[in-house]
Amino acid sequence: MDNKDLILLQLLEENCRTPVSDLAVMAELSEQDTKDRIRRLEEIQAIRRYAAVVDWERAGDGIVAAVIELKVSPERDFGYDRIADRIARFPQVRSLRLVTGAYDLQLLVTGSSMHEIARFVAEQVAPLDRIRETATHIIMKTYKENGITFSTRSEVERLPYSF
Amino acid sequence: MRDFVSNRARAIPPSGIRRFFDIAQTMEDVISLGVGEPDFVTPWCACEASIYSIEQGSTAYTSNKGTPRLRGAISRYLDGRFGVHYDADEEIIVTCGVSEAADIAIRAVVDPGDEVLVAEPCYVSYTPCVSLAGGAPVAVPCRAEDEFRLTADALAERITPRTKILIANFPNNPTGGVMQESDWHGIADLLVDHDILLISDEVYAELTYTGDHFSPAAIPELRERTITLNGFSKAFAMTGWRIGYLCAPPAITAAALKIHQYVALCAPVMGQVAAYEALRNGGAEKDAMVREYRVRRNLFVEGLNKLGLACHLPKGAFYAFPSVEGTGMTDTGFAEALLREQHVAVVPGSVLGPSGAGHLRCAYAVSRDDLKEALARISVFMESRK
Repeated sequence: MDNKDLILLQLLEENCRTPVSDLAVMAELSEQDTKDRIRRLEEIQAIRRYAAVVDWERAGDGIVAAVIELKVSPERDFGYDRIADRIARFPQVRSLRLVTGAYDLQLLVTGSSMHEIARFVAEQVAPLDRIRETATHIIMKTYKENGITFSTRSEVERLPYSF
Repeated sequence: MRDFVSNRARAIPPSGIRRFFDIAQTMEDVISLGVGEPDFVTPWCACEASIYSIEQGSTAYTSNKGTPRLRGAISRYLDGRFGVHYDADEEIIVTCGVSEAADIAIRAVVDPGDEVLVAEPCYVSYTPCVSLAGGAPVAVPCRAEDEFRLTADALAERITPRTKILIANFPNNPTGGVMQESDWHGIADLLVDHDILLISDEVYAELTYTGDHFSPAAIPELRERTITLNGFSKAFAMTGWRIGYLCAPPAITAAALKIHQYVALCAPVMGQVAAYEALRNGGAEKDAMVREYRVRRNLFVEGLNKLGLACHLPKGAFYAFPSVEGTGMTDTGFAEALLREQHVAVVPGSVLGPSGAGHLRCAYAVSRDDLKEALARISVFMESRK
């Protein structure tokens, strides 16, 4: 990983549909070098996949999301990894992190209704061995996702010419 | 009734782009590459600090020189970043943008009849400010074949016994030219030999894409004969806050301060608060902006060259300065027709000094999408002229 790789990752994270020819010019590389570098970044899984940042609220599909905090008793030899792996397999779990602080695992869960999420937590997650406590926070509004602000601000007026 | 306008004011030529401005105002979908300011918003930490200070009632005058806190931060920044040391109490004045800094610097050192060399093409204010101070501006051209650097030869040719000052701006608006340390040495010798003062406007210092910016006051022989001007507008996207600064040896600073206290009293306090915070915590956002400018520069300059508008790769600032020589049009003719027909606004190079003729100043401080759209429109325009 060098500085050029870093630039490519930043450009792709911002817009993964940028054509290779543009990426090459912007990063001051040849097209072939750019392709090779991207392939290698994919191979080492520095690039996990290419995805859209969706504002589901605006898309209007009625999906409900919740942040769920779990207190977990770690296992000898495995710590949190095995229980985390079990939880990660549920398709409802969109992201899963081990964090410091008052609780251990933090989940982002989606479902078609609040009720569905509540049932998922109560019936699938809470009963798992080693889960000591759960707290479910329904997301009311998303202001920013993956560095992208969802609210639309009014365009700032600039003079057409200035020196 | 008498005509009350002074001869001095009347002698200032009208803006070379007033006409363009009026045309652009009638259009809805102009893509403007004519803007000399960042399209980014000031780093939020700076805005937030300033808003909080207003809530706390910090709305009064500050010391004429600027708050001690900000001057201290500027002194440490210049030392750490460019290796030039200026004393926070004796050698720094915070001004209302670099525009005011340039004005008071010029007025502090120019006497009627003094010749002032101005490295051209350049920002539009130096020459009128010299004239207003009674000095005689003398253009020193910087040429495309030298990557728009100032050369000792061009300078030497224009030095006379009346020459007192050289004004230079690198990284340069409008060419994007930069001066590295080795480029300054020949210039420094001439300035010392002929006892000439340097006014160095370095407002684009942070926007340098090849190596680090070199500040000429870092050359020991130049330190005592240099006024360094810099500010927050370009590096931290803070044009509207109006915060610049002037740094010079104590005697010159004291002279400039006398003028500053009567024309401006002090720079706006809310801007000073924001500037301090920008220096403290805005570095990462600044770096991200610089990275983005560089990416845009690559995209845009490549596009211009493909269209047949020869353009050197600018190493600093956020301007591309392509030549229109191959098109058979003048820079003014090209810029006006491009605006009327394709609604793309650029600044004709000749507006920025006679040596800018035959070029266009295109600011790439706009989004990549707008740059691509501008290139597409310029392409259509060029095709229509074939």
